[in-house]
Amino acid sequence: MSAVVLGYVPNALGDAAAKAAVDEARRRGASLVVVNTTRADRLVDPAYADDDDMSRLQETLQGTGVDFTVHHGTSKDTAAEDVLDAAERNSAELIVIGLRHRTPVGKLIMGSTAQSILLGARCNVLAVKA
Amino acid sequence: MDNFLALLEGFSVAMQPMYLLYALGGVLVGTAVGVLPGIGPAMTVALLMPITYSLDPTAAIIVFAGIYYGGMYGGSTTSILLNTPGESASIVTALEGNKMAKAGRGAAALATAAIGSFIAGTVATVLLSFVAPFVAEFAVQIGPTEYVALMIVAFLTVGALLGASVLRGLASLALGLFIALIGVDALTAQQRYTFGNPFLADGIDVVLVAVALFAVGEALYVASRLRHGPVKVIPVAGRWTSWMRKEDWKRSWKPWLRGTFIGFPVGTIPAGGADVATFLSYASERKLAKGERKKQFGKGAIEGVAGPESANNAAAAGVLVPLLTLGIPTTATAAMMLVAFQRYNIQPGPLLFEVEGALVWALIASLYVGNLMLLVLNLPLVGIWVKILQIPRPYLYSGILVFAAMGAFSVNFTPVDVFVLLVVGVLGFFMRRYGYPIAPMVVGLILGPIFEDQLRRSLAISQGDPIALVSTPIAATIYVILIVIFVLSFWLKKRQQAMEAEVVEEVPVAVAEQKEGGK
Repeated sequence: MSAVVLGYVPNALGDAAAKAAVDEARRRGASLVVVNTTRADRLVDPAYADDDDMSRLQETLQGTGVDFTVHHGTSKDTAAEDVLDAAERNSAELIVIGLRHRTPVGKLIMGSTAQSILLGARCNVLAVKA
Repeated sequence: MDNFLALLEGFSVAMQPMYLLYALGGVLVGTAVGVLPGIGPAMTVALLMPITYSLDPTAAIIVFAGIYYGGMYGGSTTSILLNTPGESASIVTALEGNKMAKAGRGAAALATAAIGSFIAGTVATVLLSFVAPFVAEFAVQIGPTEYVALMIVAFLTVGALLGASVLRGLASLALGLFIALIGVDALTAQQRYTFGNPFLADGIDVVLVAVALFAVGEALYVASRLRHGPVKVIPVAGRWTSWMRKEDWKRSWKPWLRGTFIGFPVGTIPAGGADVATFLSYASERKLAKGERKKQFGKGAIEGVAGPESANNAAAAGVLVPLLTLGIPTTATAAMMLVAFQRYNIQPGPLLFEVEGALVWALIASLYVGNLMLLVLNLPLVGIWVKILQIPRPYLYSGILVFAAMGAFSVNFTPVDVFVLLVVGVLGFFMRRYGYPIAPMVVGLILGPIFEDQLRRSLAISQGDPIALVSTPIAATIYVILIVIFVLSFWLKKRQQAMEAEVVEEVPVAVAEQKEGGK
């Protein structure tokens, strides 16, 4: 069975990406792999979903009837590496991420997860705009 | 009246645009380091010590005072919104503040903390303006014998009271005193503990040791230990003007004032600095609360934020009294400010108000200004302070280490200093790791040479008779006061521990309640 990987973030953009990923998975008859990890190297990581966020997402996904697995927690790799890794492992046909505008300085200092996924992916990437 | 005129004179200096900018820079940096756990004002002042090469004394002291005050404000933000106190004086704030934030009253907690800090800071600065010259007048009359007595007070209180264990504090103090001995003896020009090494003949610079302990040791420690996963920030709703309800004002103003009058005296005596003041204030607010409000304690009582937050800022001003009038630092940050004074060849002490009156009053005036700036900065900018916490830790600590190495190199422009920095830094890491407080070591290192000088001078006057050290009335009084401070401080510590135990008992209850609510 083919797979669609979703790089999830706990905000409106992430929810929009989740919706698009569900549509894609349904259309392709694929299973969904949700990835949300953090390196825990900073005190506040707004891209990391806590347990409440995750259970809310799982509830929504259960409602859609799509077959899904969740990869959530701390990891020693960056979030982008984890998403690409999950795609590789499941030989995914599509990665779905949310895309937002970043300031040049912000990108310089913090790097861009979306950019590394777009450039590093071996399959197609669907960039969702909120 | 003279003092009032002198204060106005001080304002005329501090209000100059250039000094206003320095004050603004100081409070901004101070708030930022206050927000970040693991980085405190003492570390920041130590790292910024090289600016004393290029700035005039007034500017540098204003910057450092801004950092000192700013740190006190910044700590409350993380305590309330994340339950992760940025510095030790904000631990108590987290007890009630975080509960308030969880109940959706975070904005009110932040507001009462900031306004309370402002009021306490301002009132305490007024007290400082009146008390300090008075103490200085008394202090001018004291001679070497009395000075020795005061130094012993400072050593013992800082050594015994700043850490959790008396023995470790004294060991740390002794280590500092020993490092102070390295170099050439000022009276006889003999070399001590130099092993014939020309680099050691000049002694080990205080700044080097301070940066090594506060910055390198601390950064290594945090890098090796602190493994907080991501913490959820509790969002703050609404415009900041609508944060305090009428009822909040009514419940806050008394704790603000009580906190101020608890904090200032505790700050002036060397009893362990602002932490003790916050615990005292929290305990008294808890005791004074009645009926419904008493039940709220442990669940987010606004009094429990207002009181301790005012107390820690008032204590911060109180600490400046012994620092400016007697030259005795009672906290780590005050010790670093003393080093800054010394780098300009200014010796804080009885004569400071006479010799450097303009500088001291400009400093005091800048405290008023800094407080106002902090109030204005803190309320609307909470979002930005929280953003700082998103900086990945490796960036932060590598930055600190680079800064520390640069600061060490700039002391004498020799690579040997950087080597000494690393050695002492590793020592600092192990001290931190095994619970030895580092502030007594720095205080010992700073006051050691002065103590030795005064001790030998008074023994020379008495022709070697040690009884002379305790026989003058003032010296004898100081020793009696020392005993009183010790008894009082140990009593306070006991109370603090008892309260901590009580609070810790309460926490599991609160957690259990939350879990039930979650289901």
